[in-house]
Amino acid sequence: MINVTIDGIKTSVHRDTSVLDAAKQCDITIPTLCHHPKLTPYGGCRLCIVEIKGINRPVTACTTPVSEGMEVTTSSPVLEKLRRTTLELILSDHPNDCMVCEKAGDCTLQELAYFYGIKENRFAGERRVYEKRDGNPLIERDMEKCILCNKCVRVCDEVQGVSAIDIAYRGFRSKVCPPYERDLDCEFCGQCIRVCPTGALTGRMWSLKGRQKDIREVDTICPYCGCGCNITLDIRKNEIVRVTSKEDTINEGWLCSKGTFGYKFLNDPARLTKPLIKYKGKFRESTWEEALGLVAKKLLKTKEKHGPDSIAGLASARCTSEENYLFQKFMRAVIKTNNVDHCARL
Amino acid sequence: MAGLAAVFGSGAMTNSIPEIENNDVLFVIGSNTTETHPIIGLRMKKAVRKEAKLIVADPRKIDLVRHSHLWLRQKPGTDVVLLHAIMHVILEQNLIDRVFILSRTEGFETFREGLRKYTPEYAEKITGVPARDIIRAAMLYARAKRPGIYYTMGITQHSHGTDNVYSIANLALMTGNLGMESTGVNPLRGQNNVQGATDMGCIPDQYPGYQRVDLPAIREKFEKAWEVTLSDKDGITATEMTDRCLDGKIKAMYIMGENPALSDPDINHTVKALKKLDFLVVQDIFLTDTAELADVVLPAAAFAEKDGTFTNTERRVQRVRKALDPPGEAKEDSRIIMELSERLGYPMRYNSMEEVFQEVAGLWQAVAGITYGRIEKQGLQWPCPTLEHPGTPYLFKGGFPRHKAAFSMVEYKPSRELPDRQYPFMLSTGRHLFHYHTGTMIRAGDALNSVAAEAYFELNSYDAGKLGVTGGQKVKISSRRGSIKIKAKLSERVEKGRVFIPFHYREAAANILTNTALDPVSKIPELKVCAVKIEKITKRGRPRIK
Repeated sequence: MINVTIDGIKTSVHRDTSVLDAAKQCDITIPTLCHHPKLTPYGGCRLCIVEIKGINRPVTACTTPVSEGMEVTTSSPVLEKLRRTTLELILSDHPNDCMVCEKAGDCTLQELAYFYGIKENRFAGERRVYEKRDGNPLIERDMEKCILCNKCVRVCDEVQGVSAIDIAYRGFRSKVCPPYERDLDCEFCGQCIRVCPTGALTGRMWSLKGRQKDIREVDTICPYCGCGCNITLDIRKNEIVRVTSKEDTINEGWLCSKGTFGYKFLNDPARLTKPLIKYKGKFRESTWEEALGLVAKKLLKTKEKHGPDSIAGLASARCTSEENYLFQKFMRAVIKTNNVDHCARL
Repeated sequence: MAGLAAVFGSGAMTNSIPEIENNDVLFVIGSNTTETHPIIGLRMKKAVRKEAKLIVADPRKIDLVRHSHLWLRQKPGTDVVLLHAIMHVILEQNLIDRVFILSRTEGFETFREGLRKYTPEYAEKITGVPARDIIRAAMLYARAKRPGIYYTMGITQHSHGTDNVYSIANLALMTGNLGMESTGVNPLRGQNNVQGATDMGCIPDQYPGYQRVDLPAIREKFEKAWEVTLSDKDGITATEMTDRCLDGKIKAMYIMGENPALSDPDINHTVKALKKLDFLVVQDIFLTDTAELADVVLPAAAFAEKDGTFTNTERRVQRVRKALDPPGEAKEDSRIIMELSERLGYPMRYNSMEEVFQEVAGLWQAVAGITYGRIEKQGLQWPCPTLEHPGTPYLFKGGFPRHKAAFSMVEYKPSRELPDRQYPFMLSTGRHLFHYHTGTMIRAGDALNSVAAEAYFELNSYDAGKLGVTGGQKVKISSRRGSIKIKAKLSERVEKGRVFIPFHYREAAANILTNTALDPVSKIPELKVCAVKIEKITKRGRPRIK
C-alpha cells in the first residue's frame, strides 16, 4: 500500500493506482473527458491536471501513478484557470447547437461548460466542417462534435476487439473514422455511443424521440441470448427512447447490437392486439371471452374423447420463469399430461 | 443438458460469466461465441488480453479464431474423435489428475482402455486436424491452472450430441478441471430464459427443479402442493410431438411463444404435423408462421410489458420489470394461463408474479433462498437454498450431486447423413450476429435488420469457381427434404465442400433442408450436419444440374 495525501486527506491505496483513482477513493471528483475506468488511460483531454508537490508543472491525474508520500492538490486558482482555458479551446471548435443536440442533458462537455460558466469564447475562429455522409443505419456520427477523446477508438479496440475506427490525419484535421473514411461497417455493438462524452455519436433510432427530460428508467433483462445482460429502458410516453446499461452490472455496462438496437419490435404495428379465431380458413378478431371459451371447450372435449395424453404443450424460453411455471402447472395439473416441453434443443 | 446431468448429476454452466476473464486457457468448441453470445465473447477477449491462451475448435473460421492461439478445424460431426485424441495425449503424457480421479470419479480404468486407439494420427485422418495441433491443444489444456471449456449447439445439435457432451465431461474429469473458480465445463445457453424454462419444469420428464415425474415421493409432493392427482407417465419431447401429431396420437396443442414452423428441422414435416391437429392454440406477440396454422391465436405481452424473472446461462435469476403497457387487448402470458385454467375448473389465483416465484421456492430447494427483494438490484445464482445464502458462482466445490462423477466411454458415430455423389455438400446452420432465432423480434423494416437484410449462404470461393457461381448470385440448394433459393456469399469462413446458412430467414428457411435425425438421449435434432446439393438457376427458372 502507498500513502498519499490528496487535498489534505491522508489515504493509502494500492500500488499502480492512478492519482485520479486515488482521488475518487477519497470522494474527490476531478473533471475528465477522455477517461473511462475500463479503458487504458489516455491523457488526451488535459482536464484532470493536478499539482504534485515537488513537480513544478501540472500533471494529468489519469496517467500518473501514485508514489509514496505524494502530496496532491486537485483544485487551485491556477489549475482552474488552466482547465477553463482548455475547455474554451475545446469549445472553440464545437458546434453551439445544444438546443437541438440529442445528447443535451446527458453531455459531459455541456456539464463542464455549465460549471465553468463559459458563455463567450476568446478563441472563436476556424472550425472543422464535415459533411455527414455515413451510410450506416444505426450509428449517427457527427464528427464536428467530436472532441478527439479517443474513447470510442479505445473501446472498439480494447473491449470489442474489432478496431473498426481510429484517428486519421494529424493536427487540426485529426478525425475519427473507419479506414479510408468509408461507411462504418462493424458489429454495431454501440459501445462507442455508450462512452462518447458529447453528441458526436448517438443512435440513429433515438433521433427526436426525447432527451433526458421526462425519461423514466426501468431496469430489466435483455430478451435475446442467454448472457442475461442487465439493460435499462429509457421510456417516454409508453415508448422506448433508447436502451442503455449500467456499469455496475454483470455485463459491465456493455451490450451487443441486438441488446442496443433490437427493441423496435415492441412498437411494431403488426403486434397482435386482439384474439383471433379461424373461421373457414380465415382469421377474424374476437373477444377474450369468446376465444378463451372456445379454447377451454376444445381442450376439454379432446381430453374427454382421446385422453389427456392426446394434448401437448410447448412453453417458451422467451417467456418469464413464472409464466413457464404456470404453463407446465396448467398442462400437468389441469390437462393432466406431462407432454410439455420447450425449444431448449434448438 | 441431458449429457452433463448424467455425468455430474446437474446440467448447467459450472462457472459464471465474470469468472471467464480469469481463465488461463479457454477451450471453445462448437460455439461461435462472439456472434451468439456477444457479451460472453467480450469476456473471452478480455481473458485473452490478460494473457490467457485461447483454443478454438470449429469447422468454420469464426470471428473468435482471430483472437485464438490455436485453431482446430475439425470436420463437422467428428468432435468425439478430436476430444478422444486430446485425452489420449493427456493420458500418454501422464497429465491426468490422479487424486481427483480416485476421490471424485468412477469408471476410469475401463475408460482409459477405450482411449487407446484414438491416437492423434488416427484422429488426423478422421477430423482433418493435424496431429501436432491436437498434441498442442492437449498440452495447453492439461497444463493450465484454470482452464474453462465452452460449448454450444455445435456440440449438441448432432445425432450423437450427447456423446460429444460426455467426451467434454470426460476431458474435464480426467484433468480434475472442475469445482474451482474459473475452472469447469460451460454450455452456453442460447435464449434469454432457456435455463429458466428448463428450471421451471417445462420438460416432459421433470417437474420444476429437475424432480422426476416417475418418482412417487416427488409426485406426491407436487400433488399435495397443487391439490390434484398427477400423471406418472413421462411426457414426450417437442421433436417427438411432431411425429405424434402425424400419426394422430396428439390431437390438440397449446403453443406459447414458440415458432416451431420455422425453428424445427425439416419444417415442411412440422407444418404438415401441425396442420393435422384437430385444434391448435398459439399464444404469441406476432402472427408467426406457427400462429398462421392455429385455430385460435391469443395476443400476448412482450418482455418489456410484464414482471417476472429470467434465469441466464450462468443460473442467475434476475428481475424482469414492466416498462410499457401491452398493445391493444394483449395480455401477459401468465394472465392468459390463469384465466384459461379458471375456465377449466382449476382456479390459479396469484396477486403478483412474486407469489408464483414463492410457490416455486417452496417446491425447489435450490431457489428456496431467492426472493424478489433479494434480487432487486442484482440477481442471485442458484443453488441458493437459504435466505442467508449468497448464491453459487461455481458448481461442484464440495463434490457432485451424484456423489461420484462417471466416466463414460463413447465411440465415434458418423453423422446420420453425409455428403455423397448426389448431395455433395455438407450443410451446417447457425446464427448471425444481427439476427435472433426465427426473426420474429428483429423484423423487416427494422434498422438492425437492414444491416443484414437478405438471406445468404456461405460458400467457399473454390467451390464457387467449380460451380461457376459468383458472389450475390441466387442458386437453388436442395436436400432430400426440400429446397430453397438463396444468394451465395463467397467466404473463406467455410471450407471446401461445406456450406453454412443462418436459419433466421423465412423466405429462405434453412430448416426446410435440415435433417430430423435425433440424438437418442437428449432428442436434439441434427441441425449441424446434413447433405445438400447446389444448382444454378437458369434464365427459364429451371435448375441446371451440375
